Amino acid sequence: MITVLIIVAVVVVLVAVFVIGIYNALVGLRNQVNNAWSQIDVQLKRRHDLIPNLVETARGYMKHERETFESITKARSQAMGARNVSEASKAEGALGEALSKFMLVVENYPELKANQNFLALQEELSSTENRIAFARQNYNDQVLFFNNKIQMFPSSIIAGMFAFGKRDFFEVQVAAEREVPKVSFS
Amino acid sequence: MKWQRLLRFARNDIHRFSSDKALGCRGKGGIERLLMWELIRANKRNSILLMVLMAAVLLLLGFIIGLGFSGDPAGGFFGIIVAAAVWLVLAVVSLSSGDQILLAASKARPVTHDVHPQLFNIVEEMKIAAGLPAMPKIYIINDPAANAFATGRSPESASVAVTAGLLSRLNRDELQGVVAHEISHILHRDILYVTLAGIMLGAIVLLSQVFLRGTFYGSMTGSRRRYSSGGRGGGQAQLVILVIAILAAVLAPIMAYLLYFALSRRREYLADAGAARLTRYPEGLASALEKIANDPSPQLAAANQVTAPMYIVNPFKKKGQMQLSNLTSTHPSISERIRILRSMAQGASFKDYSDAYTSVTRHKTIVPLSAQRKEDVPLRGPSAEAAKEERLEKQLRQVGDLMRKVEGFVFLTCVCGLRLKIPPNYKRDEVTCPKCQRVLALPAR
Repeated sequence: MITVLIIVAVVVVLVAVFVIGIYNALVGLRNQVNNAWSQIDVQLKRRHDLIPNLVETARGYMKHERETFESITKARSQAMGARNVSEASKAEGALGEALSKFMLVVENYPELKANQNFLALQEELSSTENRIAFARQNYNDQVLFFNNKIQMFPSSIIAGMFAFGKRDFFEVQVAAEREVPKVSFS
Repeated sequence: MKWQRLLRFARNDIHRFSSDKALGCRGKGGIERLLMWELIRANKRNSILLMVLMAAVLLLLGFIIGLGFSGDPAGGFFGIIVAAAVWLVLAVVSLSSGDQILLAASKARPVTHDVHPQLFNIVEEMKIAAGLPAMPKIYIINDPAANAFATGRSPESASVAVTAGLLSRLNRDELQGVVAHEISHILHRDILYVTLAGIMLGAIVLLSQVFLRGTFYGSMTGSRRRYSSGGRGGGQAQLVILVIAILAAVLAPIMAYLLYFALSRRREYLADAGAARLTRYPEGLASALEKIANDPSPQLAAANQVTAPMYIVNPFKKKGQMQLSNLTSTHPSISERIRILRSMAQGASFKDYSDAYTSVTRHKTIVPLSAQRKEDVPLRGPSAEAAKEERLEKQLRQVGDLMRKVEGFVFLTCVCGLRLKIPPNYKRDEVTCPKCQRVLALPAR
């Protein structure tokens, strides 16, 4: 009788250790996904902080580009005032587009391109755009790993028991961003 | 020229959006995907296997040497204990401060953001792409030769070092490729492996050197009593054991070197694959490797046999060693690495790299099968700045300026346009411009 009890106890303990191990691993992965998501926000914040300085420096040289500056400032304030995720991603998309247009226009102003201060800001801006893209790339990598884990046996059982849900990949929300930018060479 | 730049810029954007989209829309492919983590796991398995093999070589060497010295198994076991002790001491020292020793030996200096903002930005971009838990520390080596390496114990405490020559010669995309290669080493835990394997190798070399010199010295001074004390027959048996011990002491380091080199070559390929995947742009690394290979400057001053496998390309410029190069070189040939990266036309996943590797080398793949799942990782175009090509003199001046900056020089531009480079040991607060005689105030230091 006692031996049976001991065996049962050992099995229960083993199962518990196994379940706890997988549960902890899943929590760790979920935290990684959340962390990767907040990384994107950190980089978007960096982009917002950079813009006033950039616009100030460039404005003096680019007298005829009022529209470009306006669209950047407008998109920035929209992005900063966004109340929910879909609004934010829409505004960020518009901001990204406005900034890439700006970078194209800059090529027409050789004096601006000779300004050391502006060059430093330009490097910061292109790095920020890269960071945003890489942060999204990393978020999708982490989501992929997490989703695989909660679909695969045996972690799928524990994921089901504790309601670990599948996460969504990052998708570009703005229709305009999906389109190929039109560039004419005339 | 201008429209080309525009086109590049446009392509860059297409990449960015399409890559997000491609990853975002493929939710239903299920688990048939590649996972970087599986590569890391496979790498760990290989590292453990290598460690076990090298430990076996080390302990066997200890046993044989002990046997050779004393002539009975008890001495053999004593040899094992000595070998293990040597290894333990080396392991403790190098795990606690190995990276600092290596960085100091390579004359690498920690730098601040202001010295090279672009390098800092690129390292941080790659840190984000790789999802590293902490920002690696950044070092610059004041050397005109183009090279780079990563070191450290774990992704939490890693360091990346690049030479001044590399920074001045590469454009943004190429530098990103090189940094991504180093970050891949960190991500794949190669830095720990190099440290551990280096220790093991060091222990084996040390042990066999001590033994060989000991026997040589012993035979020179004629102290043969120990080996012939047990009568004629016993002496002969012992002589045979001694010969075997000498042979083992000569062969063990060679075997250890071969093991070490074989795996470090493999790791170079895998780090290239990782770099392509992180940047989505294999051409960046390929053209960086090309520039490094055609680097006209003399070889890296502060590199030696033990640190050589850490660098992105072999720091030794060898001449006339081609016969043995396949067995003994720490790095695969650069031209092969470039050709593999350039034939990745389909995408930037490990599977794509593996396919390119097989088609270029006609060898079996080096990417572990478990990491070769099908994955859709589109390539991107070059960044807008990629067209920047500078003349050699300008590059050399940049190397000089960068090295001065690392040394703590202050740069000052006079109103007349003259650029003054003021050394750190210049103590006064002002300086007179040699061209227009204006007196300039130095910024506070």
